[in-house]
Amino acid sequence: MLVIRRDICGYCGCCVSVCPQGALELIDAYLSVEGECSSCGICARACPLGALEVADEA
Amino acid sequence: MKPEYDLLVIGGGPGGALAARTAAEKGLSVGLVEKRPAIGVPVRCAEGVGRDLLEEFMDPDPAWISAEIDRAVLVAPDGFRMALEPSMAGSEVGYVLDRKRFDRELVMQAAAAGAEIQVKTRAVAPIMENGTVAGARIEQNGQIQDVRAKVVIAADGVESKFARWCGVDTAVPLGDIETCVQYLMTGIEIDDAATVFHLGNEIAPEGYVWIFPKGPKTANVGIGISGRKSRDGSRPIDYLNRFVKSHFPEGRVVEWIMGGVSVCPPLEKTVADGMVIVGDAARVSDPLTGGGIYNAMYTGRLAAQVAADAIAKGDVSANAMMPYDTTWRASKLGKSLDRNYRIKEYFIHLPDAKLNRLVHSISRLDLTKFSTLEIIKELIRHDPTLLLELRAIRDLL
Repeated sequence: MLVIRRDICGYCGCCVSVCPQGALELIDAYLSVEGECSSCGICARACPLGALEVADEA
Repeated sequence: MKPEYDLLVIGGGPGGALAARTAAEKGLSVGLVEKRPAIGVPVRCAEGVGRDLLEEFMDPDPAWISAEIDRAVLVAPDGFRMALEPSMAGSEVGYVLDRKRFDRELVMQAAAAGAEIQVKTRAVAPIMENGTVAGARIEQNGQIQDVRAKVVIAADGVESKFARWCGVDTAVPLGDIETCVQYLMTGIEIDDAATVFHLGNEIAPEGYVWIFPKGPKTANVGIGISGRKSRDGSRPIDYLNRFVKSHFPEGRVVEWIMGGVSVCPPLEKTVADGMVIVGDAARVSDPLTGGGIYNAMYTGRLAAQVAADAIAKGDVSANAMMPYDTTWRASKLGKSLDRNYRIKEYFIHLPDAKLNRLVHSISRLDLTKFSTLEIIKELIRHDPTLLLELRAIRDLL
């Protein structure tokens, strides 16, 4: 699953633009996963600050 | 908000503002929604714009101009600096804006023309009727309301969610997003009339570092790198911190600005039944420079003109609004997007040794005009040994 580090997130929306599922939603300073996240990790790569990571489901 | 408008604009950046202003001036009823509580903030931009381009829309006003720029400096990976001087007049001299004030001014112009403006108000879904966009479900302060419109203009920026909800795939490939961080720095020694661009795979892989003056001893110092070059330990923030430590150790950071800019080709189709897509949402930011202010204003204005015609004729189908798509593609802007995408694809694969050679060659050119296109034309004319190198892009010019 996708973990959002809110202490790092700069709520810029860069991740939203690359999500192939359209699963990310940014409302003002709050980023959320609202759709079907496939844990592909593309958003985590694109994040300029490193606020996103795909954690193991375990 | 009213339950119905002629035109509903999603997003209060320069694209949305120009669309709203243009449509209101034509006498249409216009509603504009901006999801953030303020227009223009937080800034997601390096704030540079060409002088000629801006003046196509408005007279420059010191109230929203931070600095006037009359030359650019290119810095090669080896540190060699070359200046593009003011005598080379052309479209790439310009301004560094204060986007907080600039965006607000544009939206206030739309309001003065008669558009209704709602901030902290967002679209949560399109209203679809028989495959046609017929408005949007709008949320404001916890209240949900259906707002109908003859045409919706999707001007929701790099995030571009509205068109996606309507079935248009706007996702940017990882390699075609420039992931960016910028510091507003003060107390730094800069040339306050020059924009500076640092190139190199060590400095900014598949991107560049920029220094855009914002006033005396103050500048936007930022970096964009390709999403595919970004990973833990080598993200934009890491590259920027290294750059700042070596170039501006004395500087003070008074603002962090983050964001993404697409450097992909534009969307294949920027109209749908009842909807027009403009600006960053349509992926019309410049793939070579990342600039998008003019592009958004141009497409925003054009979208409103075409939508107004379509509404007057009672046909808002994609076919009826196709002149928007074909007009911008055939314009100088559309042609430069196509060309600059291919130039960008060439440049990002150059090793530093070749980049060095290119910048050294540019410095020996006798440039009469100060633009990316002229530089590349002159390079090919003056350095025959570069012909092979540049063959890939020569045919584009």
